[in-house]
Amino acid sequence: MPFIANTDQQRQEMLAAIGVDKVEDLFANIPPELRCKGLDIPPGLTEQEVRKRMADLAEHNSSGLINFLGGGFYDHFIPAALNTIVSRSEFYTAYTPYQPEISQGTLQAIYEYQSAICRLTGMEAANASLYDGGTAVYEAIMMALRITKRSKVLVDDSVSPIYRKMVKSYTSNLGIDLMETASREGLPDRNAIADQIDDDTAAVIVQNPNFFGCIDDVTDLAEMVHARGGLLIVSCYPISLGLLKTPGEMNADIVVGEGQSLGMSVSFGGPYLGFMATRKKYLRKMPGRVVGRTVDAKGRDGFVLTLQAREQHIRREKATSNICTNQGLCALTSLVYMSLLGKHGLAELSGVCAHKADYARELMLKIPGVTIRFPERWYFNEFVLNLPMAADKVIRGLFNRGLAAGFPLGRYFPEMNNCLLVAVTENRTKEEIDFLAHSLEVIL
Amino acid sequence: MIPEELLFTDQHEWARVEGNIATMGISFFAQHSLGDVTFIELPAVGQNLGKGDEACAIESAKAAASIYAPLSGTVTDVNTEIEDDPALINSDPYGEGWICKIELSDTAELDSLMNAAKYGEFLAGQGEH
Amino acid sequence: MKLIFDKSVPGRRAVRTTDLALGNPIPIDKKMLRDEPADLPELSELDVMRHFTELSRKNYGVDTGFYPLGSCTMKYNPKVADLVSQFPGFADLHPLIPQLPGGEVMVQGALAVLKETDRMLSEICGMAQFTMQPLAGAHGELTGAMIIAAYHKHKGNKKTTILIPDSAHGTNPASAAIAGFDVKTVPSNEDGVIDVQALRAMMDDDVAGVMLTCPNTLGLFNHHIKHIADLVHSVDGLMYYDGANLNALLGHCRPGEIGFDIVHVNLHKTFGTPHGGGGPGSGPVGVVERLVDFLPTSVVCAHDDGSYYLDYDRPRSIGYVAPFYGNFAIILRAYTYMLLLGAEGLTRVSENAVLNANYIMTKLKDYYDLPFDKICMHECVFSASRQAADGVRAINIAKALIDRGFHPMTVYFPLTVPEAMMIEPTETESKETIDTFIEAMIEIAQQVKESPEKLLACPTTTPVGQLDETLAARKPNVASLGQSECPDA
Repeated sequence: MPFIANTDQQRQEMLAAIGVDKVEDLFANIPPELRCKGLDIPPGLTEQEVRKRMADLAEHNSSGLINFLGGGFYDHFIPAALNTIVSRSEFYTAYTPYQPEISQGTLQAIYEYQSAICRLTGMEAANASLYDGGTAVYEAIMMALRITKRSKVLVDDSVSPIYRKMVKSYTSNLGIDLMETASREGLPDRNAIADQIDDDTAAVIVQNPNFFGCIDDVTDLAEMVHARGGLLIVSCYPISLGLLKTPGEMNADIVVGEGQSLGMSVSFGGPYLGFMATRKKYLRKMPGRVVGRTVDAKGRDGFVLTLQAREQHIRREKATSNICTNQGLCALTSLVYMSLLGKHGLAELSGVCAHKADYARELMLKIPGVTIRFPERWYFNEFVLNLPMAADKVIRGLFNRGLAAGFPLGRYFPEMNNCLLVAVTENRTKEEIDFLAHSLEVIL
Repeated sequence: MIPEELLFTDQHEWARVEGNIATMGISFFAQHSLGDVTFIELPAVGQNLGKGDEACAIESAKAAASIYAPLSGTVTDVNTEIEDDPALINSDPYGEGWICKIELSDTAELDSLMNAAKYGEFLAGQGEH
Repeated sequence: MKLIFDKSVPGRRAVRTTDLALGNPIPIDKKMLRDEPADLPELSELDVMRHFTELSRKNYGVDTGFYPLGSCTMKYNPKVADLVSQFPGFADLHPLIPQLPGGEVMVQGALAVLKETDRMLSEICGMAQFTMQPLAGAHGELTGAMIIAAYHKHKGNKKTTILIPDSAHGTNPASAAIAGFDVKTVPSNEDGVIDVQALRAMMDDDVAGVMLTCPNTLGLFNHHIKHIADLVHSVDGLMYYDGANLNALLGHCRPGEIGFDIVHVNLHKTFGTPHGGGGPGSGPVGVVERLVDFLPTSVVCAHDDGSYYLDYDRPRSIGYVAPFYGNFAIILRAYTYMLLLGAEGLTRVSENAVLNANYIMTKLKDYYDLPFDKICMHECVFSASRQAADGVRAINIAKALIDRGFHPMTVYFPLTVPEAMMIEPTETESKETIDTFIEAMIEIAQQVKESPEKLLACPTTTPVGQLDETLAARKPNVASLGQSECPDA
């Protein structure tokens, strides 16, 4: 049998030691009428057969499209060294570092990850990671509710519609007043937020760059929210922070985001990485695992899981969250990625993305009938085009040319049926961008 | 071991009543059961507490507990020293480790608390020292 | 010990970026840009390799040695599953493609994996359908609790309580509370399983459901389980199965056939996907027929011609719990694992897991207290009370195992056993490995009598000794902030 080491003879020896005749006797506690009569699952395959089967299935996917699809999940270049490190079985096949003496590798890596996230976002304390960017937004909202002891939250509609749907599912039974504010011209509308914010508002949630790719300086929003005693939550795209003003510089209180772009492939939806950082004063209100630096009896530096009194194995139903692990390997991946890129490498990469997107935008705006949706705004690597026809139709047409040209916004914003959200990363070459613009012009 | 002048709850909080002000904290037994206290979240000055309401939360490296108001009233003062140095709760639970002062709204409630002798018996009854 | 930031040398680089228009000014208003680049380390590729290789050597994984961490099912992870997850046809597949018009035909292979995994898990668990969305075990619990809430809302039931046994893992009550329920604890009886009398007394119209593991965290199968299910169903409550311990039952007993309505399975436990130092996991949730409508959106469905599509039109659904279709690359590994093992292989998994656990229990019960001396399932729970009386606690025994080359067992869980030591060997371990572990445990038990002080000093073979956790929690240092370090932070 695959992955079972014991031979029949060894099994007999073990059964004799236990004092039973057959393995079946060990299941005697399960009443016969509750026993399973066998599984309707095909017989096992050899490794060779499995690889063939899976390769066939993989070929039924069109992963070879030239990809201008983003929407919060981006196709960035992944250095080879990263996989070599992350595949080391000492990281890969370990569990949550409950025993710090033999888990210093994982623990130090998480501490360094927390540090890198703080440095990237301009914040003071980070957790060991959450499942993904969407659950991170939800956890940030719950954290703000705990800190302020209030019950209302405002989410701007320029935050990813996928995340807004997730938050809605999670909070539907909790008696929380979850309200959406309508963005204006591609940015959170200060007047709309000022109208809706009140003394029961725990937090305002914005995204930067937002779902439309527009960049904002939300320093004024932070001021507005703080004046009412609430918190500002900013969801952000980590690659953009190579260049952009940090949420910390804009006085955000809780910063979250999807870390997939830091070295993880898009992998049809996961696993990804939710990151979360905050001010030191809110550290103890933060959900999730946290690693802290300390010393042993001989004064040697080391790392442990800390602030565990917030967690389920101690607090049970009063825990700050039900999350009991982190995305360990994904957090490690992002740390290795940030280490390989480095201080100037990340800034440069961020610049390349901005330049390539700028080039693509200018090129496509030369096509008759194509305009930019929010002309007053600044963009990082993603932008919204107005097309002279339904974006759905354009997408279908460009599929035939091997292009995933972007995301048609009508799916989530019915008034934006002719709008196409286009993302450009460093992986897109000048030739590919030229081909996109040319193809778009041909089919319009 | 147990200071004579204090009153106790069955949740191991103590109160020292002077006039209509009660200073409160947790007992030696409580701090011993928790182990090294790592953090305490103090109530807010001005907060109204009913007897038995959760006044604050306390954490050690391996445990967490709620601390309940032994008596009803308004919080008039909190011990900010223990925020910075929670070890005081372990080293001097009845002195420097006090948590907050409450201006009492109902002194009749005093009768519901145990005196030191009764609390000693209560601890003994729990099979503890 | 140096942090990676301490090794930084200004001007050093590993990865270089393409240089399209790099010399030109950034096409973004300066006011929108950060003042200084993020203070990440500046290193060569070799520096980075050496740093992380060094860190990895301070770690211990299943590939390093025996990892009998109870309740965590640390079995060997087949490497072909990792290889498959890196096939470009899967790894480079953007999750928004099926949301594009005409996009579904481009992801048929991926949708087939999701649907086939659903079918296999449904068969194993006796459920009607699974969602692959939940991103971890605890996330599956939350999803399940949300389904319980949606079911009762739909039926107009005003139920607010979930009952959970005292031996349950802490995530169960946390998940139920986060879904909006009040949690009540059901005591265990002297046999270590849920007390049916106590449960009956707590059973009223307010009970929305009961969350259980089976076998429970003591490794014991409750043969009253069907009776418990009938009790819960009599008040229209739902039975939730925490699949943490499914490795004991594979092919021998299906949760759906013993009365459970909702199941979550941990792919990183039973289905051989790696634990990754604490994640990513995956916690698919299965339900019986009458709960299918409440599953999260989207749902993978098959057209008449056998092609697959994603159904987003689910009016009774609890909505999105993940951004897309779950931790796909983990699901791929679990699917690969099930293909490799097949029906017979899966059945042998539980048999050998149970055999290994009972063998350990038998061999060690003369040396350690065994609170429940009966045939166990996939794990056994000892108490170190006898050793504690001599001054050596469960945690010291755990640390002594480290010095003998093993990962410790789970200690101090379940909470119902004092000085608990929970041992789960899994089926992938051989008798030789288990015998050396048993010898080490016996040797430790003897040392407790002869020289307990030696055990209290363990571990001595590790890069650090026992760390000051009180200091860590009192004065938390959770990040090195570098340039941006402000003196009062």
